[in-house]
Amino acid sequence: MATTTRTPTDMPPPVSASGKTAGRAGDAVFSGLSKGSGILLLVIMASIAVFLTYRAAIALSQNEGNFLTTFDWNASANPPVFGIAVLLFGTVVSSVIAMAIAVPIAVGIALFISHYAPRKLAAPLGYVVDLLAAVPSIIYGIWGALFLVPQLAGLNLWLDEYLGWTYVFDKSQPGVARSLFTVGILLAIMILPIVTSVSREVFLQVPRMNEEAALALGATRWEVIRMAVLPFGRSGVISASMLGLGRALGETMAVATVLSPSFLISGHLLDPGGGTFAQNIAAKFDEANEFGRDALIASGLVLFLLTLLVNGAARMIIARRKEYSGANA
Amino acid sequence: MAKRIDVSGLSAFYGTHKAIDDISMTVEPHSVTAFIGPSGCGKSTFLRTLNRMHEVTPGGRVEGKVLLDDENLYGPGVDPVAVRRTVGMVFQRPNPFPTMSIFENVAAGLRLNGGHRRQDLSDIVERSLRGANLWNEVKDRLHKPGSGLSGGQQQRLCIARAIAVEPEVLLMDEPCSALDPISTLAIEDLIGELKERFTIVIVTHNMQQAARVSDRTAFFNLAAVGQPGKLIEIDETDRIFSNPSVQATEDYISGRFG
Repeated sequence: MATTTRTPTDMPPPVSASGKTAGRAGDAVFSGLSKGSGILLLVIMASIAVFLTYRAAIALSQNEGNFLTTFDWNASANPPVFGIAVLLFGTVVSSVIAMAIAVPIAVGIALFISHYAPRKLAAPLGYVVDLLAAVPSIIYGIWGALFLVPQLAGLNLWLDEYLGWTYVFDKSQPGVARSLFTVGILLAIMILPIVTSVSREVFLQVPRMNEEAALALGATRWEVIRMAVLPFGRSGVISASMLGLGRALGETMAVATVLSPSFLISGHLLDPGGGTFAQNIAAKFDEANEFGRDALIASGLVLFLLTLLVNGAARMIIARRKEYSGANA
Repeated sequence: MAKRIDVSGLSAFYGTHKAIDDISMTVEPHSVTAFIGPSGCGKSTFLRTLNRMHEVTPGGRVEGKVLLDDENLYGPGVDPVAVRRTVGMVFQRPNPFPTMSIFENVAAGLRLNGGHRRQDLSDIVERSLRGANLWNEVKDRLHKPGSGLSGGQQQRLCIARAIAVEPEVLLMDEPCSALDPISTLAIEDLIGELKERFTIVIVTHNMQQAARVSDRTAFFNLAAVGQPGKLIEIDETDRIFSNPSVQATEDYISGRFG
């Protein structure tokens, strides 16, 4: 997993007992290639960061509104006024809903495939889950808009009726379910395969001897999972969730197709409206002038930083319990 | 504490392959019984039938009876989970839970049974670690991961974990085969102490070890590769190593095969 990256300096120096130059040449080529790939990655990342920062700086220097707190996006107005408050809220809320739905289900599916399902069922089931990842996101968007949105009307009514007192599930405006809540559900389905398949791989790697240790202590199947499988797979599930979160934060087409955007922040998650970074960029990029594009890039930079932050936090969680991870067993 | 094991007509299968055939023996309480024999003779498989661990292997199946005092472990309605709480097991490779501290490892079995107060729990953990001759080495780092210990210490940690739940019987499947001679000696000394409290069955590849630690020794053999393993004889350890009643036992012990 991501926690066990190995630096090239861990490698033993090449041994040349036989003195064959062919082997050495291969070594040099390969180490050159892998070093080159590593450097290329850094160069790409750095150039993206520089590009985003440079273009964003242009836009931000002329913004008359507060970039963080303005509830509006009028980059082409004179003077330009735009802010990310609505986008940040919508992105975070829809992703959190997606994670809250997808991660428990994904862990359940992964446990079923790895530990409960008969072998004949496990393989096809894993394949079907992987297949979900192969559906293009625009198809999810169309399916979401044409099928999911009308189908969720009933659920929205039910939530409004019985959980309306929680405020978040209070539907204060009429209208179809082109809401952040619906987007969250759609994103949950979209990130399910990646979270499931990574979790499944991690659960399959739990050493047999750890599971037997739990069994021999008189653990039931569920207790084996709680004692040996879940703790061992913990950091892997976190990594898997972060991969899923990364996709949810950046998802564009599906969100743009389903959401009916507005520049309002509402805690009523069932109400139509709201927006996300990626959706806003997709919706506005074509018609924006040069300055408008710089403004959109500024919002992209925030998404970039947000993803960075989330990944950093996940790494910290994993590292904090590193000595307990299965890796050094 | 410490019950008698009475096995009669026991066979074990992996799918359609019969691994051990028609084994009957008695294991006395408060004694150490060693199983020896060449690789593939089914001694580990037999050991795993004694706490119903054999059936967790896909295709694993058992016929026959294992009486613990008077209760048939394979009787109808017997819960294998309950059996495993009564018959503890130590494995060939030390297998502490890598995600748990030393303390949590020992407490793991107790937590399964539930209902222990915090103070009781730490008393039992201390007693178990003392019982496994590990307390003095780990008392200052109980909350450090168990995987940071040496191999021999890890194996004693596993023994502490197994005895913490106060089983009647302790099964050991080649507990020293992954350890150095010093750690092996520590475990062998421990086995001598543990038999005061438990009935112990140990599988070993090391005949000197069987001679050193056991009261009785059972010799298993198989006619040919692919054939089921059989119990050739079981007798007092002194007798098995000095004057066995079956020629094959003498051949094996004197190193003529195996």
